[in-house]
Amino acid sequence: MALETEKNKNLNYSDMSEQVETDLEQNFRVISPGRMVAKRFFKSKLSIVGLIMIIFVFLFSFVGPLIIDATWGYKETQVFRIERNSDMVSSAQFNGPDGKQYTYYDKSQTLVLFKAPPSADHWLGTDTSGFDILTRLMYGGRISLTISFIVIFLETFIGIVLGGLAGYFGKWVDQVIMRIVDIFACLPGLPILLILSATISSIEGIPTEHRIYYLMAFLTLMGWTGVARIVRGQILMLREQEYMMAAETTGIKVINRIFRHLIPNTMPQLIVSATLGLGGVILYESTLSYLGLGVPFPRAAWGSMIALADPSKGQEILANYPNMWVPAGVLIVITVLGFSFIGDGLRDAFDPRMKR
Amino acid sequence: MGLFDIFKRKKIEGVDDTMYLTLREERRISKENNRIIREFERAKNRKNVSEEEYLTQMRDPSNVVEFDNLHTYFFTDVGTVKSVNGVSFDIPQGKIVGVVGESGCGKSVTSLSLMQLVQGPTGQIVEGSIRYQASDGKCYDITKMPRDRMLKIRGKEIAMIFQEPMTSLNPVFKIGQQMDEVILLHEEGATPESARARSIEMLNLVGIAGVEKVYSSYPHELSGGMRQRVMIAMALVCNPRLIIADEPTTALDVTIQAQILELLRDVKNKINGSIMFITHDLGVIAEMADYVVVMYAGRIIEKGTVREIFHDPKHPYTVGLMKSKPGRHMTEDRLYSIRGQVPNPINMPNHCYFYNRCDKAMEICSKDYPCMMEFSPTHQAACFLYGQNSLEENLAKEEGR
Amino acid sequence: MAVEEMKMENMNDDILIVSNLKKYYPVSKFALGKNRAYVKAVDDVSFKIKRGTTMGLVGESGCGKTTVGRTILRLHEVTGGQVIFDGKDLSKVPKKDLRKMRPQMQMIFQDPYSSLSPRLPVGEIIGEAVKEHKIVPKSEYRSYILKVMHDCGLQPQYYYRYPHEFSGGQRQRISIARAVALKPKFIICDEPLSALDVSIQSQIINLMKDLQEQYGYTYLFISHDLSVVEYISDTIGVMYLGSMMEMGDKKRIFANPMHPYTKALLSAVPVSDPDVKMNRIVLEGDIPSPVNPPSGCKFRTRCPNAMPICAEKVPKLKEYEDEHMVACHLYSQD
Repeated sequence: MALETEKNKNLNYSDMSEQVETDLEQNFRVISPGRMVAKRFFKSKLSIVGLIMIIFVFLFSFVGPLIIDATWGYKETQVFRIERNSDMVSSAQFNGPDGKQYTYYDKSQTLVLFKAPPSADHWLGTDTSGFDILTRLMYGGRISLTISFIVIFLETFIGIVLGGLAGYFGKWVDQVIMRIVDIFACLPGLPILLILSATISSIEGIPTEHRIYYLMAFLTLMGWTGVARIVRGQILMLREQEYMMAAETTGIKVINRIFRHLIPNTMPQLIVSATLGLGGVILYESTLSYLGLGVPFPRAAWGSMIALADPSKGQEILANYPNMWVPAGVLIVITVLGFSFIGDGLRDAFDPRMKR
Repeated sequence: MGLFDIFKRKKIEGVDDTMYLTLREERRISKENNRIIREFERAKNRKNVSEEEYLTQMRDPSNVVEFDNLHTYFFTDVGTVKSVNGVSFDIPQGKIVGVVGESGCGKSVTSLSLMQLVQGPTGQIVEGSIRYQASDGKCYDITKMPRDRMLKIRGKEIAMIFQEPMTSLNPVFKIGQQMDEVILLHEEGATPESARARSIEMLNLVGIAGVEKVYSSYPHELSGGMRQRVMIAMALVCNPRLIIADEPTTALDVTIQAQILELLRDVKNKINGSIMFITHDLGVIAEMADYVVVMYAGRIIEKGTVREIFHDPKHPYTVGLMKSKPGRHMTEDRLYSIRGQVPNPINMPNHCYFYNRCDKAMEICSKDYPCMMEFSPTHQAACFLYGQNSLEENLAKEEGR
Repeated sequence: MAVEEMKMENMNDDILIVSNLKKYYPVSKFALGKNRAYVKAVDDVSFKIKRGTTMGLVGESGCGKTTVGRTILRLHEVTGGQVIFDGKDLSKVPKKDLRKMRPQMQMIFQDPYSSLSPRLPVGEIIGEAVKEHKIVPKSEYRSYILKVMHDCGLQPQYYYRYPHEFSGGQRQRISIARAVALKPKFIICDEPLSALDVSIQSQIINLMKDLQEQYGYTYLFISHDLSVVEYISDTIGVMYLGSMMEMGDKKRIFANPMHPYTKALLSAVPVSDPDVKMNRIVLEGDIPSPVNPPSGCKFRTRCPNAMPICAEKVPKLKEYEDEHMVACHLYSQD
């Protein structure tokens, strides 16, 4: 019965005679499919939380810099020299004449210009180079989000074209494309990205500002296979639908059949996979930046901000300056979680059967 | 689906296109639904309901089931769907009652209400009662019965056969296991051996050749007709008093359908049970049923014995249905057809639901809903053609009495 | 115009001639050589359809009637045999030219829910191919689509609506409008009624009949419902397990069914009259698997009149009387 009502949900009381229809149509109206999706999406608390998270991150990264520039005039790479006295404790050990070991402490005060603690002027303080951390978090978010959107867009585009070709034509086209997909899927992503990034940064003649474009290209190259698989699977399923057969019998061109009938119907799945993929790209980008292979200094990136706390360069920042690296970490978590929540919510909203 | 459709929507000038609910209406409906559903669910989830609350008396002791003014609604996002809207009819002992109607007329929901299987929380029995004469001599009102008590009746005393047997059999268990399980669950003191013996007996009864082989095969290894036989055997396993057959032959081919119909009639005589036979096929009904109930948009528009309905149909809808089926009797060149679309019972107007599709519509038809007119003790139809009594007036009169 | 008329004369007015059509599907892709098993979905089927008439193709599920329809339109490639449509052998037409010929032969599908692309508005669904094949000049496009919609009982305001807003019957009208808009000569109707409600079925039947009268279409009407086929067709073919069992003029077949299968099929149809007790022939058993059909006559495993010869020889479709052919050993095959 549930099915029966579902089927009839979209029923309307039209009739041969115009008048009857207008009469009875006032009785019963349906919810448009777009709104139905929105309704299901907003029913889940988690997707609302995700949405709030992402809206926050977006405002923070794209509107934040404008505000901070307008109120304080801070720039991404503006150095603030804030003088303050810092206790310096140095110690040395020596063996005394009595044979015992002695430790020698020297406590003094020095003048420090960087690494300012949080204050009214600099809410999160400044970092080792004297940059304002809050400002840099905002610019870092800008880069992360921009990169991830561009990468996902390119990935999806390549995935649609290749997956679509594989799914629609089948046979050897499918074989060739899917084997390429398999090969890419076998490659260990992170090591290869590391090697490539290292190679790029060692090649002279490539300006450091351009490294970011190569980074995007690599991420795209690694990521399109997932989209291609989804599109191919969807198209294999949709190809068997009767409306595709109808398109063939009416003699619609192949190109139009693919782009007017097949691709639009894979959109829901693509939107979901793209949303879920955004978080992944942000993680990749952060990892690379952390390792110094991503967005080059002095541009800000969340990953390189966390890298300040790299324990291999000394414990000092990790232990004493959480204000330098914790916020960046928190922002990464918020963004990735937010995109996952929205992605899950969208998936359930597009296809309620996936739930439960 | 179409996230972007809403942006593309265009209109033809001068036509008010009001297919969609506004956001405000939608919110209001959701809010109302939540409130109503919460109330019903609370009533359903009460613990320790005493037996007196759902014990009742049959109007006629020769009936197995009496539906009395049953209302089952679905509180959906687009409004309240009155799937079953005041349905009353009886299922006598040892008879086949056929329920006919088109999609969305509420015939399946009626049977699901009887089984307490209406899909909650959106679906709720709102009003009315279903009296059931149990095998222990007591008479229960199923609408008020607690769920745990219902478990003892469902599957044992009332069994169900569905349209698509593949979806109602579990694909990972063998046929025998599934049948034995039902017996072990319902029969007290059943042992695995006795259950097996009983299953095989039932498979024999439904005319399956090579019973042992079928007993130890998986559902997908059987053909559609075979699976439906297995479903029937499974329904018979606990000697039910009533079998609900919900479109049992719709998915089958005609020659297989003939076999299954024959089998059902045969089986009914053997176990002396009743069958509630739900279908959209008038031919099947004519062949199978003793009594016929014709439903339209959640209401019964005509009921009677099979002869009364087929030889002397009263309601224009029943007449139209019969005329619109091509057959040997065809004399005219053109097939009769009922115009318009099959309605979905949401926000139905307060007049005859068939009004806009009816050839014989009169002025009064657009003003009131007709009450049941009696043509014989068994034959009734709700149509103003045979008298100007509206349903509301009638109800008011009854209340006054 | 004159040339076309000449052509028609030459062809004796048979718009479609199907001869020895075969469609086999390999059961397993991996089996090689001789062991390769086939499902003989359509096995040596021949028939002709006269211009402007309707041929009904009946049979139970798995009898290959849908496959016949689809192979005629070359939605599936033909394994063997010929399909001659309007004087051209379709199985030899190159793919490119086939696309240009498509508008002449259309199809109406069974499931009105999956046969309409959910993301296109109605006007676009109907008109897409009209645009592509330039059936009407651009300036007349819209009024032409609206006219077709009107012919099929669809109101103009549906033009911008999406399929999900319609009920099954309305969707089937859209599906018919899509086929009709291309000005076809021949339409294959693949169980167009089986997903519809009883009261809607008769509307669609009438619509199809009206359109035929108005525009002279030729239909191949595929269905499992004998009463509908009886009403709508001029000639009838009865199929069982990929083979034609009986074929001929409707009136002759219904008045005098010859093949035991046709007899059983006819008697199995429930009659809407409780007092008519049919002398029913109930067939034993199920339809055999088409992978492994019985030897000789495919129907012999369920046939009440089976003889020894039925297991040995495949009966041929032979003319029993004028316009009535039957494939059964009962009627003295040599």
